[in-house]
Formats: sequence, C-alpha cells, structure tokens
Amino acid sequence: MMASAPEYAREDSPHRNRVVQWFDERFGWERLLAPLRHKTVPVHKLSYWYFLGGMTLFLFMIQVLTGILLLLYYRPSANEAFESVQYVMTQVKFGWLVRSIHSWSANLMIFFAFAHMFSVLFLRAYSKPRELTWLTGMVLLFLALGFGFSGYLLPWNTLAFFATKVGTEITGQVPLIGKPLLIFLRGGEEVTGATLTRFFGFHVALLPGITTMLIAIHILLIQRLGMSVPPGQEAAWNALPAERREMPFFPNFFLRELMAWYIALGVLGVLSAVYPWELGAKADPFVAAPAGIKPEWYFMFMFQTLKLIPAKVGPIDGELLGILGFGLAGLIWALLPFLGGDRYGRRQVFIRGLGIFALAYMLSMTIYGYVVAK
Amino acid sequence: MQHAETANRPEPARRRLMQFLLGGGLLASAASFLYPIVRYLVPPAAVDLGGDSVVAAKVGELKVNSGKIFRFGSRPGLLVYTSEGEYRAMSAVCTHLNCTVQYRSDVREVWCACHNGFYDLNGRNVAGPPPRPLDSYDVHVNGDDVVVSRRRGA
Amino acid sequence: MMTRITARPLLLLIAASLLLASSSFAAEAQSGTAKSSCVDCHASFPAPTGVTEEQWAADIHGQKGLTCSSCHGGDPKDPSPEGAMSKKAGFRGKPKRNEIPAMCAKCHADGAYMRQYNPSLRTDQLAQYQTSVHGKRLAKADTKVAVCIDCHSVHGIRPAKDPRSTVNPLNVANTCARCHADAAYMKEYKIKTDQFAGYSASAHHDAMTVRGDLSAPTCTTCHGNHGAAPPGVASVENVCSTCHVFQAQLFDTSPHKAAFAAMGAGSCITCHSNHRITHPTDQLIGTSNEAVCTNCHAAGDPGFAAAARIHDDLGKLDDALKSSEQVLDQAERSGMEVSQARLEEAQGRDSLIKARVTIHSFQPGKVEQDTQAGMKIAEKTHQAGLQALAERDYRRKGLGLSLITIVAVLIGLRMYIRQIESRNQSGGT
Repeated sequence: MMASAPEYAREDSPHRNRVVQWFDERFGWERLLAPLRHKTVPVHKLSYWYFLGGMTLFLFMIQVLTGILLLLYYRPSANEAFESVQYVMTQVKFGWLVRSIHSWSANLMIFFAFAHMFSVLFLRAYSKPRELTWLTGMVLLFLALGFGFSGYLLPWNTLAFFATKVGTEITGQVPLIGKPLLIFLRGGEEVTGATLTRFFGFHVALLPGITTMLIAIHILLIQRLGMSVPPGQEAAWNALPAERREMPFFPNFFLRELMAWYIALGVLGVLSAVYPWELGAKADPFVAAPAGIKPEWYFMFMFQTLKLIPAKVGPIDGELLGILGFGLAGLIWALLPFLGGDRYGRRQVFIRGLGIFALAYMLSMTIYGYVVAK
Repeated sequence: MQHAETANRPEPARRRLMQFLLGGGLLASAASFLYPIVRYLVPPAAVDLGGDSVVAAKVGELKVNSGKIFRFGSRPGLLVYTSEGEYRAMSAVCTHLNCTVQYRSDVREVWCACHNGFYDLNGRNVAGPPPRPLDSYDVHVNGDDVVVSRRRGA
Repeated sequence: MMTRITARPLLLLIAASLLLASSSFAAEAQSGTAKSSCVDCHASFPAPTGVTEEQWAADIHGQKGLTCSSCHGGDPKDPSPEGAMSKKAGFRGKPKRNEIPAMCAKCHADGAYMRQYNPSLRTDQLAQYQTSVHGKRLAKADTKVAVCIDCHSVHGIRPAKDPRSTVNPLNVANTCARCHADAAYMKEYKIKTDQFAGYSASAHHDAMTVRGDLSAPTCTTCHGNHGAAPPGVASVENVCSTCHVFQAQLFDTSPHKAAFAAMGAGSCITCHSNHRITHPTDQLIGTSNEAVCTNCHAAGDPGFAAAARIHDDLGKLDDALKSSEQVLDQAERSGMEVSQARLEEAQGRDSLIKARVTIHSFQPGKVEQDTQAGMKIAEKTHQAGLQALAERDYRRKGLGLSLITIVAVLIGLRMYIRQIESRNQSGGT
C-alpha cells in the first residue's frame, strides 16, 4: 500500500469503503478524480458570481429529467401534439407539475445562461488562457436559445405556431443562405406538421447531443484551468500573497452550491404550483394570426429592434440590416477574448463599456417590447 | 464565515439538530420529489388516442335509428346509427348559433332544437337558419369500439 | 408625265382616307353595346336626360343588347335629332309615370320573351304590382307613388344579386326609405315615417349588416316587393313564422292567441313591435317597468303571476350559469384545466336559449322544463369548477409541504457548513 492510497482503501481509515474500492480497482477513477479533491475556489467579494455557471448546469439537468418524463407521453405530430400536452396537463398524475417545471426551468436556465455570460464578461474571466472556455460557452448559449426556440413550438398552440412562423421568416432574410436555411428549419416552405417533427428531432436529439459534448469540454476546461479571479482582486493578492483566500470545492463550495440548487428547486415548485404553464388554443394554420404576436422574452430585444428599424436604410432593406447587425454582434461577442488583448490592458475597459452597453440595450429593448409596444 | 472567538466543536445538541435537519430534510425533500415522479410514470386509466380519434361508443350501444352525443376534442360530436345499420358521425355544433344538435328518429335527420335547423345525414344544411353544413367525420368499427376520426386532408 | 404618276397614288391616298373616315364613322355608330346615335347628344347632358355609355354598359338591359330605342322608340341609326326622335320612327320620349309599369311589363310580363334571356325570372311583377298599395293608388292617378324606375333606377339597372343594385337585400331598406322616411313627401298619406329609423335599430338590420346574413329580413321580406303592402293584423303571425317557426307554434298553444285575435292586436308585433324589433332581453318579459306584460296585465291576474314566474326562472338559470362560469374562470386562471366542464357549460347555455323560445307558450310549466334541465347542468359545471379549485388548493398544500422540507435542508446545510468550517478553523482535519 502506498502512502498516498485513498482514504477508503486504507485499512485503518474511518472512511474505509469497500464498495468504492471495488469499483476503483476496475475503473481506476481515483487517479482521475484526485485533482478534484484539491480543487479550490477563490474567496473574495465577488465570489457569489461563481454560482451562476453551476446553476445553469443544474437547470439543464432538470430540463433533461423533466424532458425525459414528458417524452413518455408527448406525441410529435400536428394532429396529436396539443392533445398529448393537454393529456399530460389534465390526466397524467402530476403531469401539470412536470410540464410546468420544464417550461419554467427552461426560462430560468436561459436567464442564468445570460447572467453567467455577463458575469464572466465583467469579471474578465474570458482572457487568456480561457478563450476556449468562453467560445464553448457562447456556443452553449446559442444552443440554449435553440432549445428554447425549438421547444416552444412543441405544444402546437396558436402563440407558438405564429411565433415560429415569424421567427423562421426572419431567418429567411439572411442573405445567400437564408432561404435554404428557412426550408431546412421548417421542413418545407411553410410551418406545418413537418416543422413540428423536425423541431422535435432538434430539441430531443440533435441539440442535447451537441450540448452534452460541449458541456463536457466546457467543464473539462474549467477543471484544467481553475477558477479565474477578477483582475483587481488578482492584483491585490499578487501584492499581498498572505491575503489570498481559497475554499475547497469539496465539500465547502459544493455544499453552498447545493443550497443554491435547493433554493432553485423551491422556486420552481412555487412557480409551477402557483403559476402553472398555460395550454393555449390548438394551432390552426388557416386562422389569421392573432394581434400582438410576440416571441419569448429572450428573443424580444432582437424582435423589438427589428420592428424599430425603418423599412429601408438607404439602399439596404431595414430588416436585413438588423439581422446582419445582430449576426455581426454575435460574432464579435464570441471573439471577444481574441479582440481584448492583454488582461490588464486598456482594451479591456473598452470591452467592459461594450458589455454595459449591450446589457442596457438588451434590458431596455425587452422592457420596451413588453410594456410600451403593443 | 468565521467567528472572532475561537470556535470550538459545536455542542452535541446542536450537532444532532443539524444532522436531523439535514438528514431528515434531504430524505423528506427527496421523497417529495420522487413521489410525483413515480405517480407520473404510471399511465392513467383514460387512454389517450390522440386528438384526431375518439371511441364514440361501443358496438351494440346504439339502437338502430338513434343518435348519441360524444366528446370530440373540446367540442361535442354526434354519432348516428341509421335505420340501414350504418354509422355516421359529424360535428354537433350547429353552424347557426352553436347550439348542440340532435338526431331525430322520426324525420331521420339531424335537428337543431334552438331555431329549427335541419341537416341531412351527410351534414348538409337542408332547412332552417344554418348557413353551412356540419363537418362530417370518418367512422370505423375497431373490434368492440366505434371509433370516430377526423377526415384526413384538412 | 410626272403628274400622272404622282396623281394615282395621291388619288388612292385620298380615297383610302375618305373610306377610312367614313368607315370609322360607321364603326363609331355600331361599336360597343349596340351604340345608338342618342348618346351623341345625351352623353353630354346633365341628369335627368343625360346618359353616358359607361352608365348604359352597367345596365343589365344594355348588357343584353337593348338600346335606347327599345324603350323610348325612335331611330337609333339616324344621326340627326329630328330623324332619331321622329314620331314616324316611333319615338315615345319620356314615358309618363303612370305608363311606366305597363311599358316595362311589355317585356317583363311576357313569358316567352323573357325566356330568351333568363328562363327562371318571374313574369308576374305587373300583376303583383297591381295588388300593391302603390299599384292601386297609381290606378287612381296618384303619380307620387313608386313605379318601377323608383326602386330599380332607370338607366343603370342592375340585377338584384348585384350588391350595387338598389334592390339588393343590403340596399332595399335605403331604397324604400327614399320616400317612406321623407316626412314632407309622405305628409298627405297620413302614415308614419319612422319605419326606416326603427328598422335600422332592429336585430334584423343587425343580422344583415353586422353578421352579414343576407337572408335576414328587410322591408320586402315582410311587405313583399312588387305586391308591397303591409300584412294585415291577422296575418302578421304568418309572416313572422316563416322564419320564427317555433315561436309561432308555441304561441298558437298559448292563451294569447285567442286573446290577441279578440283584441284585434297583431300577434308578434304587440310585444316585439313591427319595425324597431330590438334584441329581446330577459327584461322584456316579467313585471318590471321594462316588461311589456304590464301593458295589459296587472297585479292579481294569472297572466301577471305567470310573467313573474317565467322571469324568475330565466333569471335563476342565467345567474346559475354565470356563477358557474365565474368559478370555472377562476379555476382556469389559477392554471387548472377545465375543458370538459366548459363543454357542458355550452350545453347549459343551450337550455337557456331554448327556454327563451319556450316563453312564447306563456306557460310557466313549459318554461320550467327547459330551465330545470339547464339548472342541473349549471349545478354540475359549478361542482366541477369547485373541484378544480379544490385540486388547486391540494397542489398548494403539497407545495407547502415540499417547501418545508426544502427549508429544512437549507437550514441543515447552513449549519453543516458552519460546523465543518469552524472545525477547520480550530485546526481539525
């Protein structure tokens, strides 16, 4: 027996665990997991922001669980989708709970994904060597939005149908690839049962597959690179190393994260029981679109921007300009680590300004879309 | 997170309380999460045939030359067993002012009692105020069940 | 030599142009819908003698190939006014008003002739007209009454099916109102001129203009069109019952039938009025000020009691349905799914609609049958709503229990964290 044998294998240790030892002799995971025992989390004024990533992950796991449960009853065909969701809401025991948690958790997950992204931005955790973490994170954010968009159609009610129609219509405006992209998304020229089947495939197979892989890479990178410390704090600690505070991930930080997850469970419970997700009316493609079709809140800022751009800006079509603008913005955002230069450099201040502007813009456009514009 | 004075080991009472709350809480909360999931997994008694098909009646339930109102989605439907022994099914929502129609065995037509509208067994409006025919549905017998389903192609 | 060569083509040119000019002149005289020389002058006159090509092209007679001379006589090919409008050519000029029906009937009452154009058109318009008030007064030399052209217009007559036609159901009331709503014009006839105003406020007018139901009654539906006359008091019920069958059948079984006949009161119109037939509400029947029953019935007589009972029954059912709807709304707003109950709610409302028809039997017992059926349904849906609310409360209790366990875990975790961290502080591990 080596001196560095794990606790559960040492015969004299009170933490002796034969079962774990049995598995470790076959998986050999102790070597892999050993670094985790030493993982630490920096403790400073802004440490609370570290919870956001884990919260997003937790909500994603809730989505997977409730999603699998819903899969047991959902039928992805235009004739039956609405009725199957109605069945879940009314006939299946606690079906209302599973479905409402799925819908609420989806919204919360996207909210936390955005919050996590902005916190990483403002705490400058995207700089070298964490560029790939940022990149995978951005792709995960887009995937989350894709989950939201594809999932929203699945109950096949009026609002979802028309929101999808408008959303895919806008995608069709992208130059060159727009039309083929629209046909690919819709499974045809119009939004039909084929669209539903396709979105279902995206939502339960394609997107989860890609997301799982990216989450694995994202977490791997975080484990390898450790937690980033905000530049100001880093500078202070470099000056006075004795002041550096670290908390073991296991069990201290993890226990705190568990508290946050339990609070999230409580919130989801309250939301689902007091504000259950509505069913709406079954989609009828032949009925005129009801007034005031709105996308889900996480698309609202883009939708509202497009509505405000005049029909023509010079020689260019207004909507096209808006779409290209957002495309460009997304690209720049994804490439921020490469554009930001040195971690402590002047360009970082510029990026922070950009971040504040983006946040303010998104917030105000979202509020505008809901409160002012009707 | 730390007290100024030397923190000693917590008294046994406090420790026990913590263990009770944590252990008991974890167990209880896990139960409160698992109970709905387990109940959810059990399929309900009412079979879900989907929105487009419904078992309107059992074979032999309807006498010859009689009709029955059944639920189809969120609207009533009318199933008629004609005097020739044929099943006919159509929407039971009158196209005039949405009253529920019924089958009249004396005149062998579908009748709306509200304002005396008449439809034939194909759903066509033949007399009275109704401006449009009733949507007709497909009927077929599946073993013991008389199944009504929406017409394809709409 | 040069002149001869150039002279021939020149002559040809002149001849050709003359030919062209004269042929175009002739063509002008024959193109379009049987053009007549009349429009040469009359197209530029103001109304009423002015008629343009476009106007005539819109007229059904013009479209069928008739010309000015078909009615007015004269020679349409003669370009001169004297020739075209000569007595020799049979020119009749503007017909006198009392000659117009006979003039139109020359074709329109001729079955063999009309069959060439539209075999399904009626040909009894003149005969009908002669039975009408208009026809009878015209025969007595009253030229103020309506003749064919007053309703159908004169040079731009469209078929009744055309929504622009003055006799299309959508426009009939306006056409009649041109005289019948004109108090000054109608002064000597001593009949009211409020019919159009009344009709415009009626449910029938609503049905046509708001709901777009072209089969809804307009003036001619009840009064006839060519044989226009008010239905006699005794026949009012017959007229109304062509659509309102149930109400008439029930009325015939009611004590009112004999009573109204004895009073000489029109069956339906006594309560509902003849032109200003508004949407009846439950207030129309009963013993309140708005009810019509108190016009004849007073406290103490059986009719008064019946009216009160019927009104109460209707009110009770309406209230029951409303309260059940409220509970279901509340349940739905709390997120409960109540589509089954909503379905039954609709059937409950059917009962109320039926009861409102059964009123016309004026027998509380019959009305009660319908209202009772509705009350049963309302009770059932109300219960379903309460059940949904109970389910909602059960969910919230479950939520509360779950929250308690969550709070317990949170407190426990907090304590645990504190404990292991204080242990670390004091140099544990």
